[in-house]
Amino acid sequence: MATQLLASLVDGLLIGFVYGVAAMGLTLIWGVMRVINLAHGAIMALGMFGLYFLFTGLGLNPYLALPLVAVAGLLSGILMYTLAVQRVINAPYLSTLLATFSVNMMLIGVGTAVYSTSPYNVDFGLGSLALGPLTLPYSRLVAAGVAVGVAGALYFFLYRTAPGKAIRAVANNRSAAELMGIPSNRVLALSFGLGVMLAAVAGGLIATFFPFTILSGNAYQLNSFVISVLGGLGNPLGALIGGLILGLLEGLVSVFLPVNWTPVIEFGLFVLILLVRPSGLFGARR
Amino acid sequence: MTLRTLRQPGLWLTLGILAVIGVLAPATGSAALRETMFTQLMFIAFASSLNLMLGYTGYVSFGHIVFFGLGGYVGFYLLSAQHWPLAAAVVGGGLAAALLAMLLGLSILRLRGAYFALATIGINEAVRAFINNFEPFGGPTGMSLNFSVYKQYGGAAQALWITYYSVLALTVAVVLLSFFIKHSKAGLGLISIREDEDAAMVMGVNAPLAKTRAFVLSAIVPGMIGALFFFKNGNIEPADAFRLPLSIEMIVMVMLGGQGTVLGPMLGAATYQQLRIYLLTSPTFKELQLVFAGLSLLIIILFIPGGVVGWLRARLPRLRGVLE
Repeated sequence: MATQLLASLVDGLLIGFVYGVAAMGLTLIWGVMRVINLAHGAIMALGMFGLYFLFTGLGLNPYLALPLVAVAGLLSGILMYTLAVQRVINAPYLSTLLATFSVNMMLIGVGTAVYSTSPYNVDFGLGSLALGPLTLPYSRLVAAGVAVGVAGALYFFLYRTAPGKAIRAVANNRSAAELMGIPSNRVLALSFGLGVMLAAVAGGLIATFFPFTILSGNAYQLNSFVISVLGGLGNPLGALIGGLILGLLEGLVSVFLPVNWTPVIEFGLFVLILLVRPSGLFGARR
Repeated sequence: MTLRTLRQPGLWLTLGILAVIGVLAPATGSAALRETMFTQLMFIAFASSLNLMLGYTGYVSFGHIVFFGLGGYVGFYLLSAQHWPLAAAVVGGGLAAALLAMLLGLSILRLRGAYFALATIGINEAVRAFINNFEPFGGPTGMSLNFSVYKQYGGAAQALWITYYSVLALTVAVVLLSFFIKHSKAGLGLISIREDEDAAMVMGVNAPLAKTRAFVLSAIVPGMIGALFFFKNGNIEPADAFRLPLSIEMIVMVMLGGQGTVLGPMLGAATYQQLRIYLLTSPTFKELQLVFAGLSLLIIILFIPGGVVGWLRARLPRLRGVLE
């Protein structure tokens, strides 16, 4: 029992890093422009499929395919911003929610028509590491490592580079940033692209160890909502830590309850956080 | 206020359209037409209910079908396991939906904007997962009605007509409700929340309470219709009760017709239903129904946020008294 619990918690923790990256994408977009990207789950699913086709179609190593997925994510994020979000960026929440939601419907609709809802998986075994009583699949270890690397790179980008600083300036005060000569529209497009990129990368990483369908994104999207709220909407570091907490929690739950209880628990947690501490455990960056 | 409201041409236009839709099936006595019109009325009731939140208050509920599903389940349980009469079971279903909305509203609606939307996306999945694991409601396989239940209502054929008239009555009720709310002080409170929540609160609107009330009202009728629908259906299972695409389609209907108007959700539901029939029967578009719905939603939001009725009202000021 103790071994099983430990194994389950370690599994959860490793996946938690990947969840964290996905939630960082959601929370970054919210922090910069107060938009909830409701196509988040669909984008994650597309990341999974992107990796799958680069792997089975072109025979590319999944970890080499990941940067390509990231670039595709960045570009499609910028495109999505330009086509669907830009026009309503200053309108009330309702408009941006419905706009990103309609993109979600289109992506899921096309995906379902082309790939149906049957499961796919990336058949790329890396073996596993035996560590005392634990067996850790390398694919999860690598995924956690990549996730940490991505999070670090995002921080470096936001705090050490000019475009990153511009993003933070726009997040802080858009009109003041504009007065300082920052092209806010381009910066918003870039931030949206980055947020979508993070979602696509997280999807790609998940595809290396779990089977998936075009609808898998939905569950992970709910997951990202809970994590973002847990870490404080708009706070990327909080999202990463929130991801670890949720990963551990999922590991814990899976020992005691059937897996299909997870949405109930997650939703309960979501409502509880909003009741007790709506700004999240680490507070939202304002 | 009441008498003045009764003299509004908009009210009579709305009721007239509903009467025409409602009378078609009984006049012809055709069972096929009755089924089409049942779905049609159900969609109108859904869209009008959702409009109380989405249109009047400006808060979007992405998982509104959860109230239909939960009401259906509770009503069905009361009918099949507790042997309640249909009317009581329908009320029970509506109350269960209202209770869920109240709990959710009290806990989350004191927050603003996006939090509520995030919660409504999760609620459908959460309740579905719960019901899937809840043995008294039959778990993943659901429940079914013993055919003899229909005997109390004069046989299956008669029971189908009873459900039809009940749904018609509920649809009329929800349309009347949205008309009267729009012309009441409470309705003005909701609209002021939509326009500027801070200003509304400064003017003395108790926003959290008003929002929760609107949410509860928008949940009751879908819950009652859920009970009727699954009584007619004879069996219930989680996949049928919590069909997420239907919540999405409700939003499209409201936006298409015109959010925040009484006539809009009706027109939107009717138009969308016709399009849907066409799309489902056309071989090219069958698979792409969701894409089409998404695309139309995006176009409406980006270019005609007022929907058909809002657009007409802006273009033809003289018709504003009629197109409520």
